Amino acid sequence: MDSDLIVQILFAAVKTGTPLLFIALGEVICEKSGILNLGQEGMMLMGAVVGFLAAYSTGNMGFGVLAAMIMGSTMSLIFAVLVLQLGANQVATGLALTIFGTGLSAFVGAGFVGQTIQGFPPIAIPLLSDIPYLGRILFNHDILVYFSFGMTAVLFYVVNKTRIGLTLKAVGENPNAANAIGIPVLKVRYLAIMFGGAMAGISGAYMSLVYTPMWVENMTAGRGWIALALVVFASWRIGRIMLGAYLFGLASIMHLVLQGMGWSISPNLLAMLPYVATVVVMVIISADHFKEKLLAPRSLGKPFDPRNMA
Amino acid sequence: MKLKSLLVSLGLLAGAAAVQAEEPLKVGFIYVGPVGDLGWSYEHDMGRKGLEEYFGDKVKTTFVENVPEGADAERVITQLAKAGNDLIFTTSFGFMNPTVKVAKRFPNVKFEHATGYKLDKNLGTYVLRTYEGRYISGVAAGMMTKTNTIGYIGSFPIPEVIRDINAAYMGAKSVNPDVKMKIVWANTWYDPGKETDAANALMDQGVDVMLQHTDSPAPLIAAEKRGLRAIGQASDQSKFAPEAHIFSVRDDWTPYYVKRVQAVMDGTWKAQDFWGGFQDDMLTLASINPNLPADVRAKIDATHDAIKSGAFKPFTGPIKDNKGNIAVPADHSLTDVELAQVNWYVEGITDEIPR
Repeated sequence: MDSDLIVQILFAAVKTGTPLLFIALGEVICEKSGILNLGQEGMMLMGAVVGFLAAYSTGNMGFGVLAAMIMGSTMSLIFAVLVLQLGANQVATGLALTIFGTGLSAFVGAGFVGQTIQGFPPIAIPLLSDIPYLGRILFNHDILVYFSFGMTAVLFYVVNKTRIGLTLKAVGENPNAANAIGIPVLKVRYLAIMFGGAMAGISGAYMSLVYTPMWVENMTAGRGWIALALVVFASWRIGRIMLGAYLFGLASIMHLVLQGMGWSISPNLLAMLPYVATVVVMVIISADHFKEKLLAPRSLGKPFDPRNMA
Repeated sequence: MKLKSLLVSLGLLAGAAAVQAEEPLKVGFIYVGPVGDLGWSYEHDMGRKGLEEYFGDKVKTTFVENVPEGADAERVITQLAKAGNDLIFTTSFGFMNPTVKVAKRFPNVKFEHATGYKLDKNLGTYVLRTYEGRYISGVAAGMMTKTNTIGYIGSFPIPEVIRDINAAYMGAKSVNPDVKMKIVWANTWYDPGKETDAANALMDQGVDVMLQHTDSPAPLIAAEKRGLRAIGQASDQSKFAPEAHIFSVRDDWTPYYVKRVQAVMDGTWKAQDFWGGFQDDMLTLASINPNLPADVRAKIDATHDAIKSGAFKPFTGPIKDNKGNIAVPADHSLTDVELAQVNWYVEGITDEIPR
């Protein structure tokens, strides 16, 4: 394998990992507030179809991305109302959201199957793209990839270094205590869920506007689920999510690359890799009981009703 | 699911209303993909529309799209049969067993299953000689490649696909003895994301002309982005890649559907195993790109004419498989039955068929 090929494979891994990165960043913020949203796939599909429709009908790609983000957070708002206001079970509601989104996106997009748009052109960043190897892998992408870099940096800073991050974590770790010191728990969770929805929407838009670029029913092909595994794999750390997204991206294209090089290796086996990796990480984490408690937000998946607090 | 049943019941209603009038022949179709896939299912639906155009009021067609291969298919085919369709076309390989089952339960309804091999008194099969198109694709790819490496995105390792891979390679080899072919299995008929990945993986490894046995235009779009070349599958996909597109091998089912419906009307319909290609006008070369060099264009036309006239058959011996065994003896052309069983790679393909 020559270095040129390796660079190209890593370049492709970044591209494949980008939708995973977006959606996992959204999900980790949501989970840090203590909410488990299994509706990722549904929100992503709605983002993909609405983003495509908007970009196709207006010819404006930026508008498509914006529409996808709005659609994603609208979907997540449905989830938020059910879960936060009405105290519905998070797992069941999330699953329902996925099934709903899959069906609705197919219905909405039926007339647009097979249409194509131009897609975002790649932009080589001056100077940075001239760095040997790294420049070609990281700084020769389209604008959404750079946006995902920026988003990762911003979230890393906000979650780890600011008061907002502290508030978010407090709500996720112990909502009762947070409530007692005057943090509006439900409001924080609403915002976290909707941020997650917007990220899922942009992730879907990346699929339909950049990656292919076209709309097909169920085109996300389970990436929403991979993202859920990715959050656990990254043990809820922003930096690790970025690394994990590219690793998962690499795993999902590796079987195609190896086949081209004449290795006969079962594609189904390789497609399992991300999940196997997640299980392994889970096992390693849970081997140490103390560590396990430190990593996952402690109130994850548990409902919180301020009316019971009095 | 609701939409499907609605379509079927609409067909039923329309059928009931038409009984008073001239009693049109009712023809049902079931597709594996959306009619908007601009590939396989789209062309079957064009065939259905061609049928309506040709026969006018004398036929009434119904279709159900996006039917998964499996238990759902059996239910949908049963509904079509119950709705009073006289002739039902089931248009994907995976509909084979459901069609066989339903055909047994409805002996008075006639069934035709595309790309399969199981026949019955009221069940025929029809297969497209796509390998003829692949051979010409191979010739074009072999001449156009600068890296002497062409790529093939496979769907599933079934005889139809393996046969076409062989045909493409033999075509390329006939014009370019140094040509190599890289094969990647996407394990899907239709997944633009995966097809894009597969195309990029191949092009990263020096492939500069792409052939595909999957149905979406995604690989063409990927080739266009990189300034490389690709060949369209099943329908005219030129608009997706104005520069990259060499030509598309287009399926045209209309002549076959018209013939079979006519046979039912005349009472001469018999279950048969039918194979159609360029000679039957069921395959055509669509939108040959004007940007091709003149010699390539001439060779494409010559190969096409030789196949269409029947003067040349791609699977004519002697052909060795890539293990060194004689696969086709000299002076023998594979019969249709033998073609349906191709499970070897031709000599020169340095790869193994996945098991």
